[in-house]
Amino acid sequence: MPDYSVSHLDLLEAEAMFVIRECVAQFRNPVLLFSGGKDSIVLAHLASKAFWPGRLPFPLMHVDTGHNFRETLHYRDALAARIGAKLIVASVQESIDKGRVREETGANASRNRLQTTTLLDALSQWAFDAAMGGARRDEEKARAKERFFSHRDEFGQWDPKNQRPELWNLFNGRMNPGEHFRVFPLSNWTELDIWQYIRREGIELPSLYYAHERDVIERNGTLLAVCEHVIPRGNEPVTRRSIRFRTMGDAPITGAVESRAATVDEIIAETAAARVTERGGRADDRRSDTAMEDRKKEGYF
Amino acid sequence: MEAAAHDMGLLRFTTAGSVDDGKSTLIGRLLYDCKAVFEDQLSALERASMLKGRDAVDLSLLTDGLRAEREQGITIDVAYRYFATPRRKFIIADTPGHIQYTRNMVTGASTAHMALLLVDARQGVQEQTRRHAFLSALLGIRSFVLCVNKMDLVDWSAQRFDEVCAQFRAFASRLDISNVSFVPLSALHGDNVASRSTKMPWYEGSTLLYILENTYVGGERNMIDARLPVQTVIRPQEESWHDFRGYAGQVAGGVFRPGDEVVALPGGLKTRIVDIHCGGRKLDSAHPPLSVVMTLADDIDISRGDMIAKPGNQPETGKDIDTMLCVFSAERSIRPGDKLNLRHCGSETQAVVRELRYRVDVNTLHKQEGIDELGLNEIGRVVLRTAKPLLHDPYSRNKTTGSLILVDPFDNATLAGGMILDRNKGGGAGELT
Repeated sequence: MPDYSVSHLDLLEAEAMFVIRECVAQFRNPVLLFSGGKDSIVLAHLASKAFWPGRLPFPLMHVDTGHNFRETLHYRDALAARIGAKLIVASVQESIDKGRVREETGANASRNRLQTTTLLDALSQWAFDAAMGGARRDEEKARAKERFFSHRDEFGQWDPKNQRPELWNLFNGRMNPGEHFRVFPLSNWTELDIWQYIRREGIELPSLYYAHERDVIERNGTLLAVCEHVIPRGNEPVTRRSIRFRTMGDAPITGAVESRAATVDEIIAETAAARVTERGGRADDRRSDTAMEDRKKEGYF
Repeated sequence: MEAAAHDMGLLRFTTAGSVDDGKSTLIGRLLYDCKAVFEDQLSALERASMLKGRDAVDLSLLTDGLRAEREQGITIDVAYRYFATPRRKFIIADTPGHIQYTRNMVTGASTAHMALLLVDARQGVQEQTRRHAFLSALLGIRSFVLCVNKMDLVDWSAQRFDEVCAQFRAFASRLDISNVSFVPLSALHGDNVASRSTKMPWYEGSTLLYILENTYVGGERNMIDARLPVQTVIRPQEESWHDFRGYAGQVAGGVFRPGDEVVALPGGLKTRIVDIHCGGRKLDSAHPPLSVVMTLADDIDISRGDMIAKPGNQPETGKDIDTMLCVFSAERSIRPGDKLNLRHCGSETQAVVRELRYRVDVNTLHKQEGIDELGLNEIGRVVLRTAKPLLHDPYSRNKTTGSLILVDPFDNATLAGGMILDRNKGGGAGELT
């Protein structure tokens, strides 16, 4: 009797490939939002699989805050070249220079929220009607209510109380001119699933995800890696520690965790035993209890 | 640890209920006991519980997501929760149980293998329990767990538990349900959730978590009727793959192997499978739910919306579609003569509402005939006529090729979801015995 059993990773992979293909089939001009984080790396990998042996039938777009880690940018360029994808970089610095947004001021200023304007401007400039992202429902409570195909009005806004029901695997991507969709093929994945899949598929990640020695400072209870975007202030002691990152955002807001996990296996063991959520280190979510819901309504990732 | 970690694969289950019956507490308890609650979530919970003037950490707050839900203390939408034990990974579709959220329950049930029905031991089986059971059975769920909660408030009484179980059995005999487990528990104190209760020695069954971890649901996949609905055709532009033409889709039923004779529908031409690939890896076979690319021996005109099947086992094809429909729109009801957009597998076509046969009262299960519309949250038997023939199977045989949605051609809203009935049986899904 042949074995037709499917593991949870087989199932999640098949579902994600189905959603990516459905996005390409239903929309005229889709794009994959690529942040350089592990979720968008897994998404790009799945997209490559979904259209093998063809190239990706859509470009990758990175919204570059100008505060990214150098390693992220190198990885991004190398990946796009390897899979033969067109790469578009939308720059937050340009949005600032053009006066589309104003930089936050104060001690905890961040460019996190400014990305929304840059993203929405770029979507309309390139006339993209669907933007795929690597967001997962397990990440955050507002994301737990997201659809695979999530409608955005002509202002790019999300209306969580008026979402289209999604039954079976029938996705409704019809819309009016000027509106667009966000598509989330990894909706049902958890952080552990992502790591297990990275191991199974042998996916290469930026070195920042693995434990390494680095100069860090502690700011507002978060460990930040010292780099050109994070400069220690007068009274902040710099220490050298073994750290890694669980998520990848801008350098000034992405907290590191102390870790000795330097291989995928060690990270899986650490993730399975983790006592803090992966976004627990993200200053952008800590601004209030509904910080993510509020940003998503405005059109954030 | 990994190899044993996911022996049983993935289980998706639904829960439905109101704030009062302790559903949120039960889910919170499951997540907490399975260590799926993290320290930062717990400290956020402690803050929120304190602000609400609660003495202890209120586990039910774990499942309230949106601002409006927290303010009103209700669940508005379907919320998906994730947790895993060393044996299995779980996805919970958590839905509100009130009648005005029937559509959410239907949505959650459409992808679930199992339904957890929650009953307050003091109240017994309520209208809401019956509604959730009926909707779950209608959507094709065959495995149920009746959780008799708040046993602490009935002095852990075996007699009371038996009474509640008997109430449910009397009702469930009218539904097409094959597998029901009954568990007396206290979500608040954790009795019989993840660990055995010491208060109810008379109960010899399993804990809820044990049932969740061990119930076999693989039989839900149709491994007999080979179906590949074509999602998209892959034709690389690169020189090296110049002649490649692959048909991509997620297998909806049966088993395909290289060399098998297949038929491409609706064209009807026969050919053989050359290769089956997944992301560059050749597969010996394709079966549900794998997403694959298939190459065929002959150049046949196949496009999105077509279906690859076996010559001796083909889906039905036709324009007259008998469905059990659930309406989702608050703005627009379904009436005879309505022209709507219909989506089924990869195809999109127009449909006109030919006939409303009856409405099902989801509380009493009575049929109401002679109706002139089907409104929000209502379920009924509706005959559709499509512009293009649909390649379909009865929903009771195949959930993928047997389901459809109706879309408003003007505002693009998803108006209704439909399950195709078996014309040979005259009823099938939702036909009550």
